Amino acid sequence: MSTVAVVDYGMGNLHSVAKALERVAPTGYTVSVTSDPGAIGSADRVVFPGVGAIRDCIGELARLGLTDVIRDVARSKPLLCVCVGLQALLDFSEENGGTPCLGIVPGRVEFFGNDLRDAVSGERLKVPHMGWNQVHQERAHRMWRDIPQDSRFYFVHSYHARPADEGVIVGTSVYGAKLTAAIARDNIFAVQFHPEKSAAAGLQLYANFLGWNGKE
Amino acid sequence: MPLAKRIIPCLDVDNGRVVKGVRFLEIRDAGDPVEIAKRYDEQGADEITFLDITASSDNRDTMVHVVDAVAGQVFIPLTVGGGIRTVEDIRRMLNAGADKVSINTAAVHRPEFVKEAADRFGAQCIVVAIDAKRVSAENEPGRWEIFTHGGRKATGIDAVDWARRMVEYGAGEILLTSMDRDGTKQGFDNALNRAVSNAVPVPVIASGGVGTLDDLANGITEGHADAVLAASIFHFGTYTIEQAKRHMAARGIEVRL
Repeated sequence: MSTVAVVDYGMGNLHSVAKALERVAPTGYTVSVTSDPGAIGSADRVVFPGVGAIRDCIGELARLGLTDVIRDVARSKPLLCVCVGLQALLDFSEENGGTPCLGIVPGRVEFFGNDLRDAVSGERLKVPHMGWNQVHQERAHRMWRDIPQDSRFYFVHSYHARPADEGVIVGTSVYGAKLTAAIARDNIFAVQFHPEKSAAAGLQLYANFLGWNGKE
Repeated sequence: MPLAKRIIPCLDVDNGRVVKGVRFLEIRDAGDPVEIAKRYDEQGADEITFLDITASSDNRDTMVHVVDAVAGQVFIPLTVGGGIRTVEDIRRMLNAGADKVSINTAAVHRPEFVKEAADRFGAQCIVVAIDAKRVSAENEPGRWEIFTHGGRKATGIDAVDWARRMVEYGAGEILLTSMDRDGTKQGFDNALNRAVSNAVPVPVIASGGVGTLDDLANGITEGHADAVLAASIFHFGTYTIEQAKRHMAARGIEVRL
């Protein structure tokens, strides 16, 4: 029997992530929402969801003693990071006046800016980037299985990741300019959008995660 | 531009059952929230908004159960409005599976509530609902004021100023309802939508008055809205969400099909 742990760091809505995993999990698969480092460390795979602001996320991880186990998981087993969970992987975020992050993936998280404009039309774009945008799969990955190229996923964010090594970017979207929609490195897969809110394509991504061995 | 404009069906929920008030007076009962939400999801709704119109606060728990039941079966964003007055109300709705809450009257009574809510839960889940009524004459430049209590109580507050202020306080989105048009099927007040949408950096959802598919499209093209909300035209099966999206696509609007 396999287990997937959803990291609960006290920020609220993990219900949807757990429900989506339960929907696609094979019989006998256990989905646990937990803040217990032991349970996270012993799970077969881990989802690190993102809600709220980055400073609270990093702060709560530290307060609950979860930082080390996240680092261990990031080196050892399939890890899926969502939204702020993706942003937390980088070195630093501009959010909350500047917040040091986990530094697992080199790079920075930057604000969209107050005068974001469409590169072609010049039209002013609203921030947060909220709604269904197309995700272009920059390269093949087991996690993209059965998800059509340029499928739409649901985004809501005001900051976006700029990894130092562009080679880790496996999905992009366009909002003003090209932005990082998905990162993959070894056993880590991270998405800026919310698969649990992205209807069929999102559920497929969770199903793919439960079947992924953490290797490409 | 690949970000899709959103179509959001709205379900008015009274004691756990879906109803739709026409001009907030006549109420018709039409069903189970889970079944209706699933139907809208299958039709391609981009989000679903629930408005809790339950009068008695004793029955507020019913809405938490509705959200929980829907969130277990429908994997698109869910917004809950109506009776959201405290940080605890928000926490319960988010924990039940809502992605956003919409705050209306409570923001007017105590604007700092919006700030507290956004600080605690993030601006992305705080929608401020504004009910606006035109107060300028036909031949004057448009001016709108906000009303509370289902459009019955004037506040004297300018709607555009209010929207700006709410965004400063942390609203991540504005749900803008024209009280002049709501329930009339005469189309959105697109002068209102445009005035607010152009004044704030966050997305604006146009609401109130949709009778035809062109009305939806006009909310985007003339009202500069980022999303359009409607209830009765979808609710009574006049049009499906998919028909609405195909119509908008034919009008050159980016939609998720």
